[in-house]
Amino acid sequence: MSGADVREAITRAHHEEWARVIASLTKRFGDLDIAEEAAAEAFATAVQRWPADGVPANPGAWLTTTASHKAIDRIRREHKRDGKQKEAQLLYDDDPPEPLGAIEDERLRLIFTCCHPALAMETRVALTLRMVAGLTVPEIARAFLVQETTVGQRITRAKAKIRAARIPYRVPYAEDLPARVSGVLAVLFLVFNEGYLATGPGTDPVRQDLTAEAIRLTRLIRALMPQDGEATGLLALMLLTEARRTARVSATGELVTLAEQDRGTWDATLIAEGHRLVRERLAARVAPGRYQILAAISAVHTSARDVRDTDWSQVVALYDQLVRLDASPVIALNRAIAVAELDGPEAALAAIDRLEDRLAGYHVYHATRADLLRRLGRSQQSRAAYDKAIELAGNTAEIAYLTRRRDQLG
Amino acid sequence: MQYLVSVIDDTAGLATPDEMAAVDAFNDRLQAEGHWVFAGGLAAPSSATVIDNRGEQAMFTDGPFLESKEYLAGFWIIEAADLDVALKLAAEGSKACNRKVEVRPFQ
Repeated sequence: MSGADVREAITRAHHEEWARVIASLTKRFGDLDIAEEAAAEAFATAVQRWPADGVPANPGAWLTTTASHKAIDRIRREHKRDGKQKEAQLLYDDDPPEPLGAIEDERLRLIFTCCHPALAMETRVALTLRMVAGLTVPEIARAFLVQETTVGQRITRAKAKIRAARIPYRVPYAEDLPARVSGVLAVLFLVFNEGYLATGPGTDPVRQDLTAEAIRLTRLIRALMPQDGEATGLLALMLLTEARRTARVSATGELVTLAEQDRGTWDATLIAEGHRLVRERLAARVAPGRYQILAAISAVHTSARDVRDTDWSQVVALYDQLVRLDASPVIALNRAIAVAELDGPEAALAAIDRLEDRLAGYHVYHATRADLLRRLGRSQQSRAAYDKAIELAGNTAEIAYLTRRRDQLG
Repeated sequence: MQYLVSVIDDTAGLATPDEMAAVDAFNDRLQAEGHWVFAGGLAAPSSATVIDNRGEQAMFTDGPFLESKEYLAGFWIIEAADLDVALKLAAEGSKACNRKVEVRPFQ
């Protein structure tokens, strides 16, 4: 086996086995901190040993065994140093959850613990990326544009809180499950969006990798909980969004709107899979949640070969459904964008102006107004709205796009 | 595992009869289900006295050690298997006394 093959085997094992190793060690030793350190040491040992010894027949089992030995070494060391028995079972599972069908996978407990509602959102994100996705602290810091020490502290504090407050290591009870699953999906959606918005030349590749990680983890949740329609919906939404990634930013680093994208560059494989998942949810005949509706909207867009073929009445109908589930002004704003295509910019502008007091600080609100005002020939007002949008936008590709549109005004 | 559930108040008002009744009912349930350790309501923060006897002589200061808009109005100490159980009980406690609560584990 060549050096490149071994490296690839290690990378693959890291992707496929990291969460499993952490999960099984956490179950056995009752402590996330011990599991994390031992797993990292086991992978480091693999990097040293596999090139000479060869890749083991069952890399996952090798890594789990090696990590277990590392964990036992550490516990023995601490035992000697402290002169007392290590507190047993800090995280535990003496209270089995209600039967949930096929949910047996240890990784699911790990995800639910990392996404526990008693942890702050940014902590859940950092902990999930570290423990489940296997990203390092420096990678997470670079992906979220924060200091390494900040991420390190977040994870350390979270592990301490999980231990001290006894956040359980288990799949939640059936009655709590829907809310807890939606909490997990919210973390994954946030990770995806952080990566998606970071698209573009000059962006740290670690940031773009976040979309792939989010998709991978959402696939895992869907595989572990196939009965959860929202997990399927979120996966479909991510795939249909990811399919358009390269078309979304021009060679010069400027945002390309959906209407102007070269649809030939969309990823047909991802779109086909996304459409299949959306159809699967439609066939289930269960009232869809927000991710399923958002995925359906994406499916309508990605079904049109040309923007002029878009079924806007279908898009507006789906937004109407979404507004009933989620009264947020951002959803209302997106609905208005579809209304502009169906009923014209005047109707959309009237709808958008009603959102001003709630969205005045959101750049997309001003960018949308600017575009509608431009289409209505109200250049001066449009220019002012573009100025405001540029001032509030944080993403360089978006700023480049908005600046060009503003400067094109007559 | 024991948890302190602190009742955080930001109003000057005392508990209403409805709130008292709801708290009594909640306390009964805690006892019936084996979660009860202890509970109590506190008099106004202005009735507090701070004592510092780290020096040569005990110092007494009138008033709470921290002046703030929010103050501790009472507490429960509950027995719960883990944080999920504690959070669920605390949520019911918050509803019963109609105040915010904070859950903190004992060491």
